[in-house]
Amino acid sequence: MSLDISFIGILIGSIMASSVPLILAASGELITERSGVLNLGVEGMMIIGAISGFALMVITDNLFIAIVGSMLSGVIISLIFGFLTQSLLTNHVATGLALTIFGIGLSAMLGKNFVGIPGKEFPVLFSSLRESIPFFGPILFGHSIVLYFAFALPFLTNYFLKKTKLGLVVRAVGDSPVSASNQGINVILVRYCCILYGGAMCGLAGAYLSLIYTPQWIENMTAGRGWIALALVVFATWSPIKVLIGALIFGGITILQLHMQAIGFRIPVQFLSALPYLMTIIVLVVISRDSRKIKLNTPTSLGRIFYKEK
Amino acid sequence: MVPLIKIEKRNDVPMALYFFTPFIAIILTILGGGIIFYILGFNPIEALKFYFITPISNLYGLSELLLKATPLCLIAIGLSFCFKSNNWNIGAEGQLTFGAIVGGGVALLFYNQEGFYILPLVILAGAIGGMIFALIPAILKTYFNTNEILVSLMLVYVSKLLLDYLVVGPWSNPEGFNFPETRQFSDSSRMPLLFEGLRIHAGIFLALAAVMLSWFILYKTYLGFQIKVSGLSLKTAKYAGFKGKTMILVVFMISGACAGLAGVGEITGPIGQLHRMISPDYGFTAIIVAFLGRLNPFGIIFASLVVALTYLGAETAQIFLQIPKYTGQVFQGMILFFLLASDYLLFFKVKILNLKKNELRH
Repeated sequence: MSLDISFIGILIGSIMASSVPLILAASGELITERSGVLNLGVEGMMIIGAISGFALMVITDNLFIAIVGSMLSGVIISLIFGFLTQSLLTNHVATGLALTIFGIGLSAMLGKNFVGIPGKEFPVLFSSLRESIPFFGPILFGHSIVLYFAFALPFLTNYFLKKTKLGLVVRAVGDSPVSASNQGINVILVRYCCILYGGAMCGLAGAYLSLIYTPQWIENMTAGRGWIALALVVFATWSPIKVLIGALIFGGITILQLHMQAIGFRIPVQFLSALPYLMTIIVLVVISRDSRKIKLNTPTSLGRIFYKEK
Repeated sequence: MVPLIKIEKRNDVPMALYFFTPFIAIILTILGGGIIFYILGFNPIEALKFYFITPISNLYGLSELLLKATPLCLIAIGLSFCFKSNNWNIGAEGQLTFGAIVGGGVALLFYNQEGFYILPLVILAGAIGGMIFALIPAILKTYFNTNEILVSLMLVYVSKLLLDYLVVGPWSNPEGFNFPETRQFSDSSRMPLLFEGLRIHAGIFLALAAVMLSWFILYKTYLGFQIKVSGLSLKTAKYAGFKGKTMILVVFMISGACAGLAGVGEITGPIGQLHRMISPDYGFTAIIVAFLGRLNPFGIIFASLVVALTYLGAETAQIFLQIPKYTGQVFQGMILFFLLASDYLLFFKVKILNLKKNELRH
């Protein structure tokens, strides 16, 4: 019987792996949105993270530098967004779109000489335990450190937002920037920090794709994952733990669809590939139908420009 | 002398400046491009010449410019209706693709027939296809409160996969040696060429008609008035009793139809069949065109020519200098960044004061 218990363990492990970029990007964007900033440039920041991580790995042959560098590149590119929306008060939606278009173009330009270069094997932790324990082995062990970080991140984010003073500041800035400002909080500074943090997480999400998940550089390799991450934040009604659940569901659909292709399911490949995108739409419809629930949970000042007369 | 910069909020936006800042954005983009070329190791002056002058220095180049500006202009005109009324349709690329699928399907039905009625049917089918595809995010937004940005964008991927399925599977050319493409359309499904030997075709008249029509609708009709008011203030629109839901559906339909027309113009014009690569992201680039043209029909004509030049320039620079063609997209992103940044000048007055030191003390 092929559907034995160890196969299911491996399946769950691969679902977890495919949900990592979504968890990272969505958790980062969640903090950004909680501070009242809507950054639609997730896809652009991810693809920049993917190419800079891969390029740094090829050039320096050092995976640590590659990972840190990808996060830094995410920070740098999100700084453009931060400067425009926070200092020059531009429209969040238009600026985010520009960031995505710019990021996709820039990544293809930078990546031109890296197409076709094979990636490097990324070290995994506890690989001996993975083989020795049936079922739980492939689920819990033998993953990269980035995966463990990604699965801890929603809980850390939740703790940060609910239990720390800084988290309260971020929520206050997102829900009521005027009163936060009157309390002496530097709203623009807080928002800058949240934007840069989001950029770092999106950069890491991109590097996970090009260094760990499919270790190579392919143009447009994020393939809409940044947009799905944005949808996940809405799906999760801005709650970090629900981001984790949502990302696992989408990871599940992606893996299921790949397995169906592999066994030669009698449905055209393209229809299976379209499943994650169609699922995103269906999920958004189901979640958004209750407009009161969305209104209650959306950061009140999301996407609005804050300007303080000096 | 101590130079001082003083920033003041303006009370109202000067109209002349509103239409002038796009030029500042273009100039800054050219300067930024020069810097990028320099970093990449090219002579910036020479590279910029290949980018912005060489492509349009002959008749063929001018025809290519108009050929690329046509779909950009059509889509951007449609998008201007959405953006003016605060509806963020960013899935025009999907509506273009679906329009091309429906229009292309009709053209394939008549692949071995000739007749004057075929081309109008194909064009109509393309417009309807785009319209239907744009109705999906519109209906979900109006009746299920779903975010139109995400839905319209997800549908881009869906439409491209559908096109891929069709050209590989059921619609692939039976005599095509399994290439991912359909049969060639018959001559009756092709846009008439305007000049012998040039690729510019009658589709440009569709774009010009869309410009005139949109100007009329936006500035001379009640619908246009409703769209503009809703864009400025949703509360005012509600108070005035405008039917918000109907308006959302209408602007999305207009926008989708325009994108569908652009798609059908490409496949019946320069391409002549369906295959995987029917659009180099015209649907996304048109977003930039719409903003650069200030959502104004005539501004959009100008902006579509400028942005079309970045496509052509990228191709020319790749041929002559081996500069990767993706610099085109980088330029397009930069134009939008600089445009948004220069909007700061619209809302704030930057004054440079030159005061003598003793004046400062008082």
